[in-house]
Amino acid sequence: MSDLLTIDFMQRALIAALLVGTVAPMVGIFLVQRRLSLIGDGMGHVALAGVAIGLVTGQGPVLTALVAAVIAAVVIELLRDRGRTNGDVALAVIFYGGIAAGVVIISKAPDGTPANLTKYLFGSILTTQRDDLYVFAALAAVISVTTWALRPRLFAVANDEEYARAVGLPVLALNIVLAVLTAATVVIAMRVVGLLLISALMIVPNAAAQLIARSFSSGVRWAVAFGLVSAVGGVAVSYPLNTPSGGTIVLVAVAIFIVTAAVAAIITRVGQLRHAVAESHDHEHGLECGHLAVPHGDHVDYVHDGHRHAPHEGHYDEHGHDERAGSSNGPVDGAAETTGTRRS
Amino acid sequence: MRLAPTVATETVLSLRAASFGYGDRPVLADADLVVHPGEVVAVLGPNGAGKSTLMKGILGLNELVSGSVTLFGIPSTEFHDRARMGYVPQRHTLSATVRATAEEIVASGRLPRLGWLGRMRATDRQIVARALDVVGLADRAATEVSTLSGGQQRRVLIARALASQPDVLIMDEPTAGVDAASQHVLAAVLERLASRAVTMVIVTHEIGALKRLFTRVVVVDSGRIQFDGTPQQYSTAQGGAHRDHDDHDMHHHDDDELDSEGGVVPRGPLDQLRGHHGWSA
Repeated sequence: MSDLLTIDFMQRALIAALLVGTVAPMVGIFLVQRRLSLIGDGMGHVALAGVAIGLVTGQGPVLTALVAAVIAAVVIELLRDRGRTNGDVALAVIFYGGIAAGVVIISKAPDGTPANLTKYLFGSILTTQRDDLYVFAALAAVISVTTWALRPRLFAVANDEEYARAVGLPVLALNIVLAVLTAATVVIAMRVVGLLLISALMIVPNAAAQLIARSFSSGVRWAVAFGLVSAVGGVAVSYPLNTPSGGTIVLVAVAIFIVTAAVAAIITRVGQLRHAVAESHDHEHGLECGHLAVPHGDHVDYVHDGHRHAPHEGHYDEHGHDERAGSSNGPVDGAAETTGTRRS
Repeated sequence: MRLAPTVATETVLSLRAASFGYGDRPVLADADLVVHPGEVVAVLGPNGAGKSTLMKGILGLNELVSGSVTLFGIPSTEFHDRARMGYVPQRHTLSATVRATAEEIVASGRLPRLGWLGRMRATDRQIVARALDVVGLADRAATEVSTLSGGQQRRVLIARALASQPDVLIMDEPTAGVDAASQHVLAAVLERLASRAVTMVIVTHEIGALKRLFTRVVVVDSGRIQFDGTPQQYSTAQGGAHRDHDDHDMHHHDDDELDSEGGVVPRGPLDQLRGHHGWSA
């Protein structure tokens, strides 16, 4: 590993991987939430047209790709906002138009060889330029700060768009912001991950994170951790293996997903064996249900017929015997209940 | 209806010959409706009658084809303080695409009060915690919502609406498809809100479970408001205009001490009254 760090192009590739591994899952979770997992893929297609224009005109391909992807992002959101059924077809036209234009235009470029095209589509550790890194770092900073600042709002809109509209949140503006963030992520990823595989780094770490997360915020943290390990690990092993970095990164991410799924399944199985489910009853325990409430670790037990019931998912867990006052069949009076909730 | 002078000065919402729909085709036409503070209005009607269109029209989620809508005395086109409108949509399950806790969902209801970049402060967190408390889910704040029962998820959505401290709650079928235990708790939650003089407009086809709650009944059918009056007037109208055994059915629920437990099946007496529209959509 220390050898890897002394090679110039590896340093740049690893820094680019660090940036994209962090921001791609941060943006991706909202795409997963909105069931738009493949939109990043489409933006990658359009970004290829931008790359091609850059190569033909002698501009930096990173900047032209950014312009193309951002324009596509805004157009896509406006289309989604207007129509419903035709919006889907319009997306297909934009995406395939983008990649087709990319392939055709790139063939006219001075260095428009198939090998060169492959680097953009599937990623390469050799292509990250020093100037690119500044652009990537700036974009990554903007993406992280924006997603952090807008996270509750992006969450609200992705969670329930109709509700967000009814209570006056700026739904269209937030959706356009998310689309532009996606476009910027695609551009950061174009060097090491490649335009055809970037979507995987936005989605797969989130898919793995959702298997073990118990809240939205823990989902984000796990996804960023998985994204970082995939991107940096993938770049690191692609050098000794002499493989395209994008494909390697995505395979690492998929491996993490499979291992996580297996571990999560085992934990669930063990958890089921280890906890006792109480008898089912129609009565729902709550703070005012009349049963004595006893704090127990991170939750509250309710004393029900001499047993302690703890709410767990759709049922109650049996948390042992309790013969205290108020444990009789009937509901206890309010004073006893209050005392109960304060007991430690 | 006469109201105390202090509240009569402001109407919560007022529709004048309002028609709502999509494009140029009105689904609900020529609606006149005035809701005053403290009223609990049931909007009844068979599926496809236009009651959801009415509700979405009030919330500005579909087009006002003609007529006018006034919210808190301000024409709806100029009304921007939408945080005053608490909306509880009909969702059989909360979005299961990503994990989220009850608290995270309810906190999203606080956002309309925070502006573009505002963060949650201690007061906002307290309001979120209180909203969860009001719906009886204070002990489930950190629970992942997809593991909650259908009725508990409904109460999470009510808490989300409460978190913006709205001046009116507009609910779409809050009790539909909810099991018996949860329906009982849900009815208790709504009664608690009603006792705090929260103005509510509740779209439902299950008047049975919530009968004690309503101060007013509006019936929507075939894209029109067909009836607007007190629950007593509604019962009388039903008794006069419809078959006798339906009326008997209503009273049966009324006499039942725990009438909310009568609604285990997500269909209400009104579905029976209205023929067999219940399963049509």
